[in-house]
Amino acid sequence: MAATTVTVQAGHSAAGQAARRIWRAVRRNRKAAAGGVLLLLFCLLALFPGVIAHDNPAAEIYPKNLGPSSAHLLGTTGLGQDMFAQAVWGTRQVLIIAFGAGLAATAIAAIVGVTAAYLGGAWDGVLNLFTDVLLVIPLFPLLIVIAAYVHSSGTPVLITVLALTGWSYTARQLRSQALSLRGRDFLEAARVRGERALYIITVEILPTMISLLLAAFLTNALYAILFASSLQFIGLGDPNATSWGTMLYWAQNNEALQAGYYLQAIVPGACIAVLGTAFALLNYAFDEIGNPALRPVRKIRSKRVQSASA
Amino acid sequence: MRFVLRRAGFFLLTLWAAVTLNFFLPRMMPGNPAIAMMAKFRGRLSGQALVALETIFGVNTHESLLAQYVHYLGDIFSGNFGTSLFFFPSPVSQVVRSAIFWTLGLVGITTILAFLLGTGVGIVAAWRRGGLLDSVAPPVLVITSAIPYFWVGMMFIMIFGLKLHWLPWSGGADIAATPGWNGAYLGNVLQHAVLPGLALLITTIGTWVLTMRNNMVTTLAEDYVRMARAKGLPGRRIMLDYAARNAILPNLTGFAMSLGFVVGGAILIEYVFNYPGVGYMLLQAVQNEDYPLMQALFLLITVAVLVAILLADIATAVFDPRTRTAR
Repeated sequence: MAATTVTVQAGHSAAGQAARRIWRAVRRNRKAAAGGVLLLLFCLLALFPGVIAHDNPAAEIYPKNLGPSSAHLLGTTGLGQDMFAQAVWGTRQVLIIAFGAGLAATAIAAIVGVTAAYLGGAWDGVLNLFTDVLLVIPLFPLLIVIAAYVHSSGTPVLITVLALTGWSYTARQLRSQALSLRGRDFLEAARVRGERALYIITVEILPTMISLLLAAFLTNALYAILFASSLQFIGLGDPNATSWGTMLYWAQNNEALQAGYYLQAIVPGACIAVLGTAFALLNYAFDEIGNPALRPVRKIRSKRVQSASA
Repeated sequence: MRFVLRRAGFFLLTLWAAVTLNFFLPRMMPGNPAIAMMAKFRGRLSGQALVALETIFGVNTHESLLAQYVHYLGDIFSGNFGTSLFFFPSPVSQVVRSAIFWTLGLVGITTILAFLLGTGVGIVAAWRRGGLLDSVAPPVLVITSAIPYFWVGMMFIMIFGLKLHWLPWSGGADIAATPGWNGAYLGNVLQHAVLPGLALLITTIGTWVLTMRNNMVTTLAEDYVRMARAKGLPGRRIMLDYAARNAILPNLTGFAMSLGFVVGGAILIEYVFNYPGVGYMLLQAVQNEDYPLMQALFLLITVAVLVAILLADIATAVFDPRTRTAR
């Protein structure tokens, strides 16, 4: 009993150490800082949209297709909604999908990938085969087909479908990392103590993989944003939801570009692009933190290398 | 040989998984969409199309689920995908054939261009480490990889099509133009392909640049590169013959895979530009609730990827002896 408590504490402090190390690296990396600040801003918008956008985003009460003015900062939509309010309130749905699908897909990936690596043998073979099959089936066409059968999928359906189909890529990464941990002493010790596989996987293995889990989450979240917006854009989401993809859907449906209402197409797309960039910057920074060879080199050193190579 | 056999087995297994998904997805859906569809199409559907719908959703049939499944597998492997509901009475296979050439032309050529250009930029960026290209390209490309590519297409339509009137932005060619293998028609087709092609190129090139640069950075640290430098070989020769040649190996598999993704990879670009390819047709099938066509296109897209992966595996086995001995 005493032994268990000690290992739990050891596990926690190891995880805490890893978290502190990541935090320090993130603070030093400019890409990570930029991505982090952007993401934080979007989170604040999603939590308190009413603070800066006073209009009800769903209310179709204004003249249609107005240009930007002091009353409507970004004009109104083809349905007579305030665009600024739509863009601000739309943040919430996108972030719910990004975090929901991102976390769920990463959880599935971690369970499948780490279990396969830890158990090995036939389990590894079966789980790995399953992952590979899902990995090569083209994801977006599959999503389109599923969404077509479901008919106008709302947020929970989107999250479920994205999570169930999108975990395979990160599962492979997590599996290979867990494989490299397999022979380590602390796992051997836990096994000799007679701990169950579930305990070893969740308490011993997963905490040591925190930075890779974070990177996997960022990848999955970015894909969730892009795929969800794409599905909404072609009308396979809920057409009444307040979200950026749905705004693009209505802009396309009302032929906003052809009619000259450019803002209706620019604003939601730019929002998706900036939020996507935040996730992509964080992800790229994690690559650099994990692999120091990829970090940008200082000018002076590079000159020396070049002159040496010339 | 064992390696190739194992990969061929994987090919068959995945193909079976995709076909099985196609069979079970419509049957698993809550609220049975078949009933609603039947009501909607009542009176407009002839006997044959009705049968096609009933087969997909598994209603009004006296067969057991297992018998339906076996029946379906037999149909697929004999190339019988049923009748398109929207393009009735054309069989699905004929409808698909007209679309595939457009997609292969537009997306295929763009994919090859993106790979060549991206790899070149990646090589130079890694070689001139810390130079202008190396410090500008990665952050810019990280951002372009996060932008929804259909939106880039919309912006292109807005700027180059609607504002500047430089290029056509809708369809594969002018409707008035008569198709044929002559300069006028081909020029017209080419003009229509520029904007969607560019939009696709910009959003796909980033992956190639970044992976190639990262591979190069790793390769440049190898001993044989240092050896080449010590021998005093010219820089260009080290860059291309020593470093790039080895750094490109992992990317070749990725390239082969991306050739497989050509068929279904640019669905939204085709949609935004009304380009008459496979992706546009898939979305039309979805909008018209033409389920036989939709299922066939999904299978076609999956098979294209699987074939490309199988070919890539065989090529790797031929070129890289390590894979043949591994496990």
